[in-house]
Amino acid sequence: MGLTDLLSTVLLIAGGFFFLAGTLGLLRFPDVYTRLHALTKADNVGLGLMVIGLALQAESLAVVGKLILIWFLVLLAGASVANLIANKALRNGISLWKQ
Amino acid sequence: MTLLAWLFDILLGLGLLWLGWRLLSSPDLFKAIVLFIAFGLLMALAWVRLDAPDVALAEAAIGAGLTGALLLAALARLSSMESGKDATVQAEKAWLKSPASWFPAIIMLLLASGLGYTILSLAPYAAGLSPEVAANLDSSGVINPVTAVLLNFRGYDTLLEMVVLLLALLGVWSIGGAAEPHEGKPGPVLDFLTRLLTPLLILVAAYLLWVGAHAPGGAFQAGSVLAAAGVLLLLAGWCLPPRLMALPLRLVLVAGPCAFIAMAALTLLIQGQLLEFPPAQAGILILVLETVAMFSIGATLAALFLGGRPQHKETP
Repeated sequence: MGLTDLLSTVLLIAGGFFFLAGTLGLLRFPDVYTRLHALTKADNVGLGLMVIGLALQAESLAVVGKLILIWFLVLLAGASVANLIANKALRNGISLWKQ
Repeated sequence: MTLLAWLFDILLGLGLLWLGWRLLSSPDLFKAIVLFIAFGLLMALAWVRLDAPDVALAEAAIGAGLTGALLLAALARLSSMESGKDATVQAEKAWLKSPASWFPAIIMLLLASGLGYTILSLAPYAAGLSPEVAANLDSSGVINPVTAVLLNFRGYDTLLEMVVLLLALLGVWSIGGAAEPHEGKPGPVLDFLTRLLTPLLILVAAYLLWVGAHAPGGAFQAGSVLAAAGVLLLLAGWCLPPRLMALPLRLVLVAGPCAFIAMAALTLLIQGQLLEFPPAQAGILILVLETVAMFSIGATLAALFLGGRPQHKETP
């Protein structure tokens, strides 16, 4: 296993960890806003780590470009949709969680 | 196949079954729709595992994406007429408790065991028609065997699918008019997202259409991506100018089936066979047909999302 493979493995596992943390947050956090926070933040970082890990294994620059485009689109969609859901929730009068 | 692949496939299959059960048994319709979208995405993954990326693309774009959007739009219209909902739920509960509710379950079990028996009694490896497709691929005008089958060898299947889509839209239109478009601005985030994504979606649709000749892609996938752009625009409060809503929209809607039927008639007259293209011109003919089909499919799916016949405002 070369250095690239090792780096890929570490990045992919780290990405998987962020997805796991995001999912845990989605299931365990108390209200819609904190859940959105956990989901988008952790998934964006997790996917980014995975994209870098996979890009190291890519055969051509075109594949790297496609991977980065996928990451960019997911970032865009995730951030926008989180904002839209939070906005709608706020307007529907779902109150913020206060301990 | 490695152990890991087995494990993944088993998890995927169990996940599909579990999601299917949960979405059917959920009393909350919104939850059911969200589960349905997740089901579609896992289903697309299953098609990828079966080495069918064409079907996976279609499942993800149409099965999960657009159908999900259609269901959510339908739910929004349903919940605006709440009255009588409790009565329906009560009636459903009573029916589920009655012995008659076992009848569909028995039928489904018989069907499932019949299908399961058929699949298990198949030869472990059956080539099917793929050697024949491969042998005739040269005369089809394209390199992607899926496109060759859908547009050339069995072009009438695609023709009928387009007619089915059009009929579905006619059905929706005959029920009633579209809801009034939302007044007011969409908000900066949705506005920005729409402005950024719409050109990108058009580009992706064109790419999918072009790449369909030699790789997974084609008119249906490209059309559904176009329709996604349409749905996004509709959500952001954009609508066609009324003068384009009437005749021009209808022309785009029927262009695909009409082009197919015209081509079928032409090939019947010249070649003596329905939709049998001369091998030399097959490539360009398929591209033309697919382009027209893409616009029709995109317009039809977006119009389905509108949920009714566009209403004409009488201009004073």
